[in-house]
Formats: sequence, structure tokens, C-alpha cells
Amino acid sequence: MKSIEVKNLTKKFGDFISVNDISFDVYKGEIFGFLGANGAGKSTTIKMLCGILEPTSGDALVSGFSIDKDPESVKKNIGYMSQKFSLYGDLTVNENLNFFGGIYGLEGSILEKRKDWALKISGLENKGNILTSTLSVGFKQRLALGAAVMHEPKIVFLDEPTGGVDPVSRRKFWDLIHEISDKGMTVFVTTHYLDEAEFCNRIILINAGKLIASGSPAELKEEFIESTVLEIVCDDTIAVTELLSDEDYSQNVSVFGNSIHLILKKKYSENSEELDVIKRSISEKTGRQDNVKINIILPSLEDVFLNLLEKRE
Amino acid sequence: MKIIRLFINKEFRQFLRDPKMFVIVLIAPIIQLVFLGYAANRDLNYVNTAVYDMDKSGKSRELLRDMEGSGFFKFNDFTANYDDLEKALDDGRVLCGIVIPDDFEKNIMNRRTADIQIIFDGSDGNKASIASGYILNILNNFSSEITAEIQERSGLKRSLAGMIIPETRVWYNPNLTTRNFMLPSIVGLILIIITINMTSLAIVKEREVGTLEQLIVTPIKPYQMIVGKLVPFTILGFVSIILVLSVMRFWFGIEVKGSLTFLFVCSFVFMLSTLGLGLFVSTISRTQQQAMITSAFLVIMPMIFLSGFAFPIDSMPEAIQYLTYLIPLKYFITIIRGIVLKGLGFSELWKDLLTLFLMGAAILTVSSLRFRKKLE
Repeated sequence: MKSIEVKNLTKKFGDFISVNDISFDVYKGEIFGFLGANGAGKSTTIKMLCGILEPTSGDALVSGFSIDKDPESVKKNIGYMSQKFSLYGDLTVNENLNFFGGIYGLEGSILEKRKDWALKISGLENKGNILTSTLSVGFKQRLALGAAVMHEPKIVFLDEPTGGVDPVSRRKFWDLIHEISDKGMTVFVTTHYLDEAEFCNRIILINAGKLIASGSPAELKEEFIESTVLEIVCDDTIAVTELLSDEDYSQNVSVFGNSIHLILKKKYSENSEELDVIKRSISEKTGRQDNVKINIILPSLEDVFLNLLEKRE
Repeated sequence: MKIIRLFINKEFRQFLRDPKMFVIVLIAPIIQLVFLGYAANRDLNYVNTAVYDMDKSGKSRELLRDMEGSGFFKFNDFTANYDDLEKALDDGRVLCGIVIPDDFEKNIMNRRTADIQIIFDGSDGNKASIASGYILNILNNFSSEITAEIQERSGLKRSLAGMIIPETRVWYNPNLTTRNFMLPSIVGLILIIITINMTSLAIVKEREVGTLEQLIVTPIKPYQMIVGKLVPFTILGFVSIILVLSVMRFWFGIEVKGSLTFLFVCSFVFMLSTLGLGLFVSTISRTQQQAMITSAFLVIMPMIFLSGFAFPIDSMPEAIQYLTYLIPLKYFITIIRGIVLKGLGFSELWKDLLTLFLMGAAILTVSSLRFRKKLE
């Protein structure tokens, strides 16, 4: 069942086209990743889908309601957590939950139950009376998520929810997203972190307002990288990268910390003659370093996206 | 309704947690009132005067005695020449210089016109004109006494029939105290600050912090937000009116002559326009600084200058006088002075009140529409 149906959605600000004729579907209960560089049009799209920003043309059905004709009904069926922490810092945790729950029409015992749940998932049980501004970033983000979904919306939009958070808090946050998804809510999440994108059921990638890829992480890896990816561990990664990028067999070379990911132009079987030739060529480039390792690896989403984005440029 | 209540509740909780706001709403009005009560004093207690009496005659001394006896003049300086008198004025030691020529008494005795020269330091035009009024009064009395005296001496006993003797009574503010005139208008100023400045700041703060965006994605309606934001400041407005009126009554002894209920009704009507302006400022400001500057310089200052609070409207150029008709504070000051000092009510003030109401309704409607549009 479709939860969100986006049809030729476009948003212009003057001459600038922020979102350029994109269409995609999101299915009920999935975790849908929305990826793109800064300024690619992610936040603009999310704002249109939440009914805050009017599209220039095109439309989208969110939970069955048109964002163009009936944004108020859209608002009743969604939860939204913005990039910036946007609960009231000068209200206590409980007061914030009372306020936002109340706006969505929660009251009485249901409100209390949902509040308890929101406190539990944000790890703030028995801490309802502290001032929200005094919480650390990780707690704030989980509380914001709790507040955004305490009315159990059909769809929840998370706009870069894990920005500026340490890896442990990020992992905890993603556990929460899975928990919410298990409750049957559709999760629409934008992120910079490609390792997070791996947790999504499906992903789309936009660049300069245009949709350039969509599918599940596995599909994307297969579809867009039809060639072998080598991981080369060596010392002087930057110099070696430069040397390799001029070679005929290399399609894309990128540095990942102390290793290099080299995407070849073709798919080679593991023990083929041709691959050995390439491996030898690489060994020449790395010189006489002892600890050089060359392995075939599965491409990561990062490989996919860097590859895709570079092809466009 | 429930959502509006929730919103108002939230606003008050935030207000109570912000000690700065507390000071602005509760302490600042009192301080402003007390300071203005003492500072806004245009009355002259006495005029420092230098005298150069060339005549040194009985008549000249008689005139000077009359002046000093009036209680308005204080002779600080008897100079021996004209230059010293000039210097006293230049230095600002005296506001007024009196020169009596040496033929003063002689002229009077010979039934000729006697001249004296009076010089004022006109750099404070207001003081100088008050002082010259005092002097003219004294001189008038002095010359009619002389006329009477001469007539008596020449045996022409004539009654004073046909003369007009005014018996002046000043109503509403019998001692012509500036304070009584100024202080009631403070109610207007305080309301302006609370409703224009603080309303716009409170809304823009939500935009700045990002909570406004969070609110917009909820099903809350724009009118619920507007009412939820404006009602708390209306209540705070009333709290500060009560404070200001109490200080006026118990500190300065200025009682409200008219009906308190009517005063509150009028204040509410006035707040429609100021809340509307506050809302408007919030729609054109992105940051709190912008809101602060816009409300202070573009709205509040012109309002104060053109309302008749600081300068009398009658002495403004005609074009500017027309402009003052657009200033809500002008009507409110007329109303509040009327209620507090004269005890006027609806039958006398209904025109001003109606104008204020129409203005308020218009401003609030336009601002609400703009606010709504801005959200979408």
C-alpha cells in the first residue's frame, strides 16, 4: 500500500529550481531514506510533503491527502522532526509533551500513556520535570522524536535527525526508528550518513533537485555498480589514488581513510587473468610497501553515490 | 478553544521562567512612572533674575518689590552696569534680566510713558514664555495701580466700572501641574511597549528558535496561534495598567476621576491596534534584533512623537497635524486624560473610542492575514 505518492513535484524560488520534477512512492511501514548533498532540495521536498510549503507544480498524496488541496488533513496524519531542535527549551520535558500532545488532540489517560511511552523511548523516565534546554543533544533528539510521534501518526518525517550526534547516540536513535517502524508507522528520513542509509528499506538520491537513483540498498549496489570494487590498503593513499585514476581500467577511485576503493570498469571473476594483471599494475603504483593488501569487496552505498554523483559532474 | 487554552498556558509558563520579561512587565512601568513623574516637570517654581536698576528711585524699588513679592522671581544679581547683566544671562545664571532706565520715576510722575527693558534667555522657549507671562501680569497690575494713584491725586475719583476683571479658574488640574497631565499618558506608553515590542519579540523568537516551524506542521490553526499569542500579552497589559494606576494613586496622589471599567474597556480597544502592530512587526522581522529595532524606531518612536504625548499637536505644522490622525496613541491619550483628569465617560469620548476601535480592527485584520500568509 502506498503511503506517499509523489507526482512530478517541482518547487521554484524565483529562477532557482530547488526541486525539479521528482516522482516516487513510499510504501506503508517502510523506512524510506532520502539522500542528497546539502542544498540538493531535501528539506524543500520534506517541507512540501508536510504541507508547510506550497509546490510550484505537481502534487503529492500523503496518507491519501493532496498536499496541494488539503494540507490541513495531511498535517493531522503526520509527525515532523526538523533538523533544528524545535521543542521549547524553556519548558520542562513534561510541559513540552503536554503541549504538543494536546495540539494533536490527545488528552486524559491516552495522553498520559503516550507521554510515558515518549519518556521511556527517550530514556527520560522520572525526568519529566527537568528543563528541556538542559538536556544533552542525544536526549533532546530522542525526546523530539518522541514528541513527533506520540500522536501515532501514519507517517513521520525526520529531517536529518542525527546531525551532530555521537555514534552511540546515533545507533540508539536508529534502534528507535526501527521500533517506530515496527509499530506500523512509515518513516521518511533524510540523512547525510550513508551508513545510516544502509538501515533503510528503500532509498532515493537527489542531486540539484533531480532524482538520480532509487531502490533498496542492495538493488542500488547491483544496479549502479556492475563492476568489481577493489579495496587497496596502503600508506600513501592520496598519491596512489592520483596515480590510479589515470589508468584505463579504473572508473572511479575514492579514498576511505587508510584504504582506497577502486571501482573497475568491468566485472572480473575472482581468479581471472585480467584481474591479476590489474593487481600487478596496482602493486607497481604502491611501490615497495610491505603492508599493501588488495581485496575484492562488496560496494558500499558510499561507493554507489560517489560513483553516481561523479558521473553527473 | 482547548488548543488556545493550551497555548496561553504555555506562554505563561515561559513568561514565568524568564526573569527578564518579568522585570520588563512588572518593574519597568513603575520605574518609568516614578522617573517621569519627577522629571516631566515643566512648571517654573521661580525665575532667576538679574536687575540693573539705573533709576534707584522709589517707584523702581516699588516695582521690584512687587515682582519679588509675587513669589515667581528671585533676584540673584543686582548689577552695576549693562555688561554684567548681559554676562549673567550669557552664563545661564539667570533666565531673565530687568533694566530700569534712570528716567523711570520721572516719566511716571510726569504722566509720560515709562519704559523698562526685560530680556529673556529664550533658549528654553517654554520657560521664557511662562516667565514673560508672569512679568506682564505684574506690570499690568503695577500700571493700573499707578493710574489709580494719579487719578486719585488729581481729584478725579473714578470708579473702576466697566473694567473687566477676569476671575480665572483652572479646571481638572487646578495647579497646572505638568505631572498630572503627563502621567496618565504613561498608561499608553507602557501598553505600547508590552503589546508592540514584546508581542513581536515573542513571535519572532519562535521563528528564530525553530519552534514556529514545528507548530506549523501541527494541525493548529493560524487564528488559534494568533489568539494564543495575543491573549497573554493583553493580560500582561492589564496587569501593568493596574500597577501604573496604583502608583499614580498612592505615590503621586492622582486619582482616576472617571469610571475604571470604562478605562479598562478603552485600554482593551487601544490594545487591538497595538497588538496588531506587534503582530505586523513580527511578520516583517526575521530576527529578534530586527523586531526590536523595527518596533522601537519605526513604530514606537513616531507614535510617541506624533501622539501629543511629548509635543502639543496644536503647535505642529498643518501637514504633520493630519498625520497625527493616523496615530492610535493620540486618541488613547485624549481618552485616558479625559477619564483620569476630567472624569469623562462614553458620551464625551465615544468618537475617539470609535476611531480607535476601527483602527484597531483594521490593523489587527491586516496583520492577521499577513501572519497567516507568511506561515503558508
